[in-house]
Amino acid sequence: MALTFSQAHSLPRNPGMPLDLGMVEEARVNRSAVERRAATLPARRTVKKAWQAAWLLHAVKTLDLTTLSGDDTPGTVRRLCAKARRPVQPDLLAALGVEGLRLTVGAVCVYHEMVPTAVEALAGTDIPVAAVSAGFPAGLNPHRLKLQEIEASVAAGAREIDVVISRRHVLTGNWPALYQEVREFREACGEAHMKVILAVGELGTLKNVYKASVVAMQAGADFIKTSTGKEALNATLESSLVMLRAIRAYHQATGYQVGFKPAGGIRSAKQALDWLILVREELGVDWMQPRLFRIGASALLNDIERQLTHLAYGRYASMQYQPLG
Amino acid sequence: MTVAEIMQTLEYGPAPEAAEPALDWLRSHRNRFGLFIGGRWRAPKSGTWFATLNPADGRELAQVAQAGREDVELAVRAARRAFAAWGKTPGHLRARYLYALARQIQKHARLFAVLETLDNGKPIRETRDIDIPLVVRHFYYHAGWAQLMDSELSGYEPLGVVGQIIPWNFPLLMLAWKVAPALAMGNTVVLKPAEFTPLTALLFAEICVRVGLPAGVVNILTGDGRTGAALVEHPGVDKIAFTGSTEVGRLIRRATAGSGKRLSLELGGKSPFIVFEDADLDSAVEGVVDAIWFNQGQVCCAGSRLLVQEGIADGFYQKLKARMEKLRVGNPLDKAVDIGAIIAPVQLEKIKRLVQRGLEEGAELWQPSWAVPKEGCFYPPTLFTNVAPSATIAQEEIFGPVLAALTFRTPEEAVRLANNTRYGLAASVWSEDINLALDVATQIKAGTVWINSTNLFDAASGFGGYRESGFGREGGKEGLWEYVRRVRPRTPLARKKASPARPQRPEALPPIDRTAKLFIGGRQVRPDSGYSRLVYGPDGGLLGEVALGNRKDIRNAVEAARGGFEAWRRASAHHRAQILYFLAENLSERAAEFAYRIAQQTGQEGREEVEAAIEALFSAAAWADKYEGVVHPTPYRNVTLAIPEPVGVLGILCPDDWPLLALARLAGTALALGNALVVVPSPQAPLTATDFYQVLETSDVPAGVFNLITGERDELAQTLAEHDDVDAVWYAGPQEGQAMVERSSAGNMKRTWTLPQTGPLPEVEEVLRQATQVKNIWVPYGA
Repeated sequence: MALTFSQAHSLPRNPGMPLDLGMVEEARVNRSAVERRAATLPARRTVKKAWQAAWLLHAVKTLDLTTLSGDDTPGTVRRLCAKARRPVQPDLLAALGVEGLRLTVGAVCVYHEMVPTAVEALAGTDIPVAAVSAGFPAGLNPHRLKLQEIEASVAAGAREIDVVISRRHVLTGNWPALYQEVREFREACGEAHMKVILAVGELGTLKNVYKASVVAMQAGADFIKTSTGKEALNATLESSLVMLRAIRAYHQATGYQVGFKPAGGIRSAKQALDWLILVREELGVDWMQPRLFRIGASALLNDIERQLTHLAYGRYASMQYQPLG
Repeated sequence: MTVAEIMQTLEYGPAPEAAEPALDWLRSHRNRFGLFIGGRWRAPKSGTWFATLNPADGRELAQVAQAGREDVELAVRAARRAFAAWGKTPGHLRARYLYALARQIQKHARLFAVLETLDNGKPIRETRDIDIPLVVRHFYYHAGWAQLMDSELSGYEPLGVVGQIIPWNFPLLMLAWKVAPALAMGNTVVLKPAEFTPLTALLFAEICVRVGLPAGVVNILTGDGRTGAALVEHPGVDKIAFTGSTEVGRLIRRATAGSGKRLSLELGGKSPFIVFEDADLDSAVEGVVDAIWFNQGQVCCAGSRLLVQEGIADGFYQKLKARMEKLRVGNPLDKAVDIGAIIAPVQLEKIKRLVQRGLEEGAELWQPSWAVPKEGCFYPPTLFTNVAPSATIAQEEIFGPVLAALTFRTPEEAVRLANNTRYGLAASVWSEDINLALDVATQIKAGTVWINSTNLFDAASGFGGYRESGFGREGGKEGLWEYVRRVRPRTPLARKKASPARPQRPEALPPIDRTAKLFIGGRQVRPDSGYSRLVYGPDGGLLGEVALGNRKDIRNAVEAARGGFEAWRRASAHHRAQILYFLAENLSERAAEFAYRIAQQTGQEGREEVEAAIEALFSAAAWADKYEGVVHPTPYRNVTLAIPEPVGVLGILCPDDWPLLALARLAGTALALGNALVVVPSPQAPLTATDFYQVLETSDVPAGVFNLITGERDELAQTLAEHDDVDAVWYAGPQEGQAMVERSSAGNMKRTWTLPQTGPLPEVEEVLRQATQVKNIWVPYGA
């Protein structure tokens, strides 16, 4: 039985809206209460056995398989793309009873220089290439160059662009500047989908995370994303919860669905499930689909394979049996 | 379901915790349990047994013994025998036992959790993550108090044998709340678990044996209400600690009246959950979930009345409904289930009945789209909107997953609605504005207020009620007083006979006839009855008259006290102290006259009493701004403020002797801490009190906070004890009067404090504790 969720979707992209500071300023985030929810949720929900297998296979579909290292070469990127095409070994799929499943990851995420290599390596698949951009990771390059970088990546074939915001706009409460910046990123992206990286670990408070989320969505973000993976503190369930609540509020206000991407520090299958549970509980099954949910990770896939191996064969797996990306 | 199918729906699927280890344990006892008396398992003398069922499927788990009167007798005797040694066991040794109990429960935590879920029907997530960890923490914490008792409670001793009766909603946790402080303070225990949920208490008994707890220190009697009644009535019990319904609490209050048994009661509630427009609404929704869908809503402090600011109400209900759709009801052993089974069909029927009533009274009902399991005792989470404050579902405790929502416009109205209840157990206040949140928290009549949080518990924080939610605290240092009494005899003031040559007034002219009146609302008023009582001296000479106050005078006095209370309690402690000092100053100015009056009425030398009274007023004034609260170190990022608040409107019936000192020590101290008083003075020497109101008048005591009614003590005491707007009665008088006061107090479950008719007065520290009740305000913080 061949199972794929179509990644093409007919839902309209979030076009953004004029900056509405009312929505920003009404942010109320109680840190202790958010932490309590984030801490108890993984204990309130769990998936076991076949359900866990299904959820982990689903997690693979939402994966933005990522390599963002200074020592990336065309060779390592091609290896990653090969893994993206076939993230789980066919024998394992067969053992789980889903032999026909055409399983691929959500995207491959690289720096601009690696975009052509990745596009070529993924030719013939639906897997989009995502490029980190706009002065990734610190976002302190000249604004003009950021726009050019985005345009260059789109021209090179990137269908998704992960941009970083200028954290100083958030830290100084300069919401018009943040709005303008993201708006222009969006224009530069054109048809490519834009994921706006908030770098939550550098925003100081969860309230700032909420406000930055709102402004990014008003400026036309297709996704909001937690982190670059390069900050000292990356994706946390707390900041994710706050972002999901902002997405919900934006959806209620505008009718547009904005996607969510946690990234940075998500290495274990258990963590991936925690994030899926969080999304399911806060936004619903709809938002768990790859068009609205991605996990940015590099090491996660191998741990998922190990867990799947255990679920399929009933014994614990070794990393050496999981093909490298 | 196949993996492929699940991938389409991304459902959770079953995630059951294995029941086998707990079932094995039951089998190891052949699914039949005797009574745990004197360290041994015994068959009940009653010869009867009853079944305990799993509410999730109605199946029998085990047969447990029904303890009868004879069994209660045996258990109390065993506890009494054990007390002889246990009460003298050094604190450090008791600490070791409590520590061992904590460790043992921790080591067998999952067995306890699974057994609790089987017996009670609550979700395994809650027993595993909340109940059992809190139990362990409670024993650790009180191991510490056992260790520290000698130094931190010096001058206090254990009470003796304590009878403890606990409810079915948190079986092991309530056991811990009862047993840990009792043992820590050196008492021995006869505990009756709820008939629906006896099993974890029986496992606990096994643990007691394992740690070598001396036989008889803990005795566990299973049984129904009859067992509880026998325990309550047993003359060999020194104290009853009860958690359960207000209805049963009232019966216990009446049954123990006049017995001299100490009593602490943790009863029902209808706790408000207040959401202001500036709250983190998404988090407040989660708060509601924890408030009313925790333990199927079968929680005495459940936030069952949702008060939402009108402007955000609709939006908040929308969020709440969306959240309710996500709740999962079902097999309590499933790790991903939020709401388990209702304890028993009888409770389910009660919930259904009250929901039906809610509909009939015009509230709008909303339930999620999904259905609850048909087998077993389940009820869906339920939201009522458009609820009038007068509706049954807004007033009556439902003890189920049913939330009644009301709206308010202003903080003042929120407080008024919050306090519009007979109960006062807990409250939850949601606002991002700390000014608003703390302002509201201090005005709510409840023993626990959670700001931006709900249902947080910890051994270090006292828990207990105001009003009909009971009295006494469990947890924190404030909870220890329920299990100790003072050792040191009260220091009597030396008495001297008045010199035979009685002081004489210069009487050139005939004296002007004086009329002693009642003192109500800051004014001297004549009694409603129109009668006066003659006051004679010990030699039979007529000294004067006092007004014969009656019910209506009491009514007026209570009204005046209620009117004066709020402003008085909110006056700064410094201000109250100033007034107490001023009272002392003005009394001192008239010392000779008061001494003369005392001598006249009692035949005793009065000068020393006047000096003692002045000192007592100084002491009260000194304490006014020093009887302070503490910050409990609970294991959250928060401050848990334990604030002693005045009890409210207090009736004080003074003893026969010490007419002035009793006023100063009892009334003065209560006044200093912000209470408003209705005082009935010594029947023997009432003229001292009627002289005293002139001192009150010249000392800036605000109108209404100190009212004086002369008359028949027991008659006035009864009116006060029955009065629904009196929060506490202190009664010094004969034993029958004490019994009457305690019995009559059960109407609104007011606090009572009974004292001997004559003899030394209590120490000021006891008066301070009686004059206050501790409110715990939890204030989480985080940038």
